[in-house]
Amino acid sequence: MLGFAASVIDGVLVGAVYGLAAMGITLIWGVMDVVNLTHGAMIVAGMFGLYLLTTALGIPVYAALLPIFAIGFFAGVFLYWIAVHRVIGRPPLMSLLSTFSVNLVLIGLGTALWGTRLFNVAVSLPGLSWGRYTFPGTHILAAILTAALAASLYFFLYSTRIGKAIRAVANNREAAELVGIPTTRVLSLSFGLGAALASASGMLIGTLFPFTVLSGDTYQLKSFIVTALGGLGSPTGALMGGIALGLIEGTVTPFVPVSWTLVIEFVLFVLVLIAFPSGIFARRRT
Amino acid sequence: MLLQRPCAWLIALAIAAFALTPLIGDDVELRESLLLAAVYITLASNLNIMLGYCGYINFGSIVFFGLGGYICVYLTSERAWPLVAAALGAGIAVSFLALLFGLGILRLRGPFFALATIGVNEAVQAFVANFEPWGGSSGVYISTELFQPLGGPGRALWVIYFLLVAVMGLSLYLSYAIKCSKFGLGLLAIGQNEDAAAVLGVPTPLFKAIAYCLSAFLPAVAGGLYFFKAAFIQPSDAFDLGLSTEAIVIVMLGGQGTITGPALGAYLYEEMRGWLLTSDTFSNFQLVIAGALLLIIVLFAPGGLMGWIHERWPRLRRVLE
Amino acid sequence: MRIATFICSAAAALVIAGAAFAADGNTITIGMTVSQTGPLNVDSVAQMRGVEMWRDEVNAAGGIKAGDKRYMVRLVSYDDQSQGGRVQQLYTRLIVEDKANFLFGPYSSGLTGTAAVISEQYGKIMMVVGGAEPKTYELGNKYLFQVITSADHYLTGAIDALHSKNPHARVAFVYSDDPFSKAVVLAARGEAKESGFDIVLDESYPPSTTDFSPIINKIISAKADALLGGGHYPDGATLARQLYDQKADLKWATILVAPGDQEFASLGQAALGITVPSQWEPQAVYKPDFGLTGAEFSKAFQAKFDLSADYHSASGYTGGAILQHAIEKAGSIEPEKVAAALNGMDVTTFFGRVKFATDAKHHGLQIAHEMVLAQWQTKGGKLQREIVWPLAAKTADLLYPLH
Repeated sequence: MLGFAASVIDGVLVGAVYGLAAMGITLIWGVMDVVNLTHGAMIVAGMFGLYLLTTALGIPVYAALLPIFAIGFFAGVFLYWIAVHRVIGRPPLMSLLSTFSVNLVLIGLGTALWGTRLFNVAVSLPGLSWGRYTFPGTHILAAILTAALAASLYFFLYSTRIGKAIRAVANNREAAELVGIPTTRVLSLSFGLGAALASASGMLIGTLFPFTVLSGDTYQLKSFIVTALGGLGSPTGALMGGIALGLIEGTVTPFVPVSWTLVIEFVLFVLVLIAFPSGIFARRRT
Repeated sequence: MLLQRPCAWLIALAIAAFALTPLIGDDVELRESLLLAAVYITLASNLNIMLGYCGYINFGSIVFFGLGGYICVYLTSERAWPLVAAALGAGIAVSFLALLFGLGILRLRGPFFALATIGVNEAVQAFVANFEPWGGSSGVYISTELFQPLGGPGRALWVIYFLLVAVMGLSLYLSYAIKCSKFGLGLLAIGQNEDAAAVLGVPTPLFKAIAYCLSAFLPAVAGGLYFFKAAFIQPSDAFDLGLSTEAIVIVMLGGQGTITGPALGAYLYEEMRGWLLTSDTFSNFQLVIAGALLLIIVLFAPGGLMGWIHERWPRLRRVLE
Repeated sequence: MRIATFICSAAAALVIAGAAFAADGNTITIGMTVSQTGPLNVDSVAQMRGVEMWRDEVNAAGGIKAGDKRYMVRLVSYDDQSQGGRVQQLYTRLIVEDKANFLFGPYSSGLTGTAAVISEQYGKIMMVVGGAEPKTYELGNKYLFQVITSADHYLTGAIDALHSKNPHARVAFVYSDDPFSKAVVLAARGEAKESGFDIVLDESYPPSTTDFSPIINKIISAKADALLGGGHYPDGATLARQLYDQKADLKWATILVAPGDQEFASLGQAALGITVPSQWEPQAVYKPDFGLTGAEFSKAFQAKFDLSADYHSASGYTGGAILQHAIEKAGSIEPEKVAAALNGMDVTTFFGRVKFATDAKHHGLQIAHEMVLAQWQTKGGKLQREIVWPLAAKTADLLYPLH
């Protein structure tokens, strides 16, 4: 019984970080109807940013979070202008393909630079022991930082001017344009914010598990599963979706061989997409 | 009829070229690289039916190829079916599965559909990796004895090559036939504006399902032949999303919605890839170049190579469709 | 004057060209793929280094003697990126374009299986130095020769050693879902049951797994004493590290492959006490029938690459040495004659005894080579591997429990 509870709790901790990753996708989708397929590359950028900052520059591990967030933001704005700006009005096929192609280029460059070997950032934190089980300190701290970031995002979107501008554009771009909001700037800002969230989650994942240049694809897929569960367009939904995925992983693994978890996740993904194309937790969009 | 149009003859010419050139001088090298080109052309032409005509991106189209491979390998090694029957059987089985999947995911639009196709591919891959009767993650080896009915390994490689060229030819003719038919017109309408097409009387769910089904058949047959030749199939090779990606790039590069586009794109891409494969510096740059090409096309030339050619030389539009 | 200089230089050029031309005519080409990139990179490159060392040694001595001709060795290799799909294309290219006379297998059982299809289709001898899975040899082949011990013997030593310390141990099999690890565990399961162990957990994980906490929680829940499993380097190293972080508190852990690499020392405390089945260790003392001794090999390897030799490099080198021996005995480089020489071989090199199965059902399987069990221990403050089993070959006592 203890084992089951331990598994569930650990699942929720890690799931929260997946939720953070998904928030990036959901924000961009909500604001500009673009499914950002460079998301995986941004996650990897966060992971490698962590590695480079801690090993090359010797910065303490968790202090790297804010610089990575900032770098991710600027990278996102840059990507917006390269890949997304020209295809905003066009059919969604085009924006899917353009972000997809940028992802290919970035991951390809990463592979050429760093190969596909496993990188590891050694983080040792005292864990919390409960009976014979231990919750690694890294998992706990990552979940706490995720909560902090999510709260900050919520505050930003609902209590600052820019945040309100973003929500306005998400709601109705033409109307926002009419009341004088510089929509293009808002769009690029939102994309940057989405990328920053992806990089931050990448950095946190980097403190938990080893990674390669190709890990981005796995976490991007997990982000999509989370958004399918939580709804494209709602940051709270994304967080809930992440926790839900963590719950599923935690409850399933004690009873089922670990290798079946992936099958269950993907089948669930397809089923949820079919049954609730906008996600289980989504609000109705008018 | 079909035969009166020049494009049909161009396709026949291509098939003949593929079939005959390696025979000159028993050129095994050429055969191997043309075989890969034929596989790419098959995958791209069939992907074109969903992507180019209907405007639906199938990120996980490789799932048909992989499943076709597994079913054919199973039928030949466990049930002792002859190769051609097994490959055709695989094609039919996978088309049927495509119909089932399609019923579920074809009601999704745009990005949701694309994501669902990835989900389907990953779910199938994860399932097969756990499915012990099909070798699980270690995959299945075919004993070399199975090449004997085809005349031994050496001859078998040639026979399989010709069969793959035939499949490639059929793919090109299929996409051409669809384009020239009323069915194809309906698909193109769906691609332009699905709601308008529905209002105008095009039975969109039915047509999409048929298109999805058709686009699964020949890749499955090709997969069966390809993996039989490799005498070994495992989930990570069979369901490699990278190949799906390359197929998408090829269709966009060559020109979506055209016949010659995917074929030309596949051939060019395969040549580039072959060169990159053994170049020490560049072997990892394959996807970078693919990605950069795709980005340039999407941003500046959505019609691809063929789109550009059609614009420059409008008269060629009737010949190189 | 100028004409004279011209004639002299032309003559010199012709002589040099002639010599080069003559050398070209007496070269054998050996083809192989290496996983320069991808998860199999660490061990594959180690294997390659062994092959390169053999090639340089052979060429420095004037080449391989076959009959009355001497052949220099030319090695051609491509990066297979740890992917099966590329392996087949590349081996076909090696045979058809690069005109390889002989082939060496890639690293890992999965890739070896795919490569073997090609070598058999074209009738070329392939020395398998990095593929332990026995299934490959049961499909009916004529030209495969496995130099290393096959997978079904990997955990025999570990099970015997564990039994000597704890005859009723609770054992957890946690292993990577790949052909090699599955073959190892398939055999080990039976041996564990026969030894009287209680198998409390038996699960595989996807090879790309980086989050082992769910499965480690299961190990803890099952109250296991001993862990047997792992896969290749990336997952094995990660598993070891996370076992330590999560304080799984096992009394015994045998992990495949990963702890056999020098890089495993970077895990620090997490590496202590971990045992690994090894095809060869530098401290092993076999008396070779020909060629270098173990100590000479280690020394030469260290001098050449500034790295210590492990069993992957040793197996790569031995593949070359055995092939050379067969060519010399056959007096020719024709596949049929060399194959016959290999089939009849029963020799001992610094790597151990080498003899191939010759019956049609198992042709090429290695039937004489034996493995040792090594354990990471601290000696004088430094972490290093010691041989702990079989007792006749040990260099240190077995550390049990781990901590």
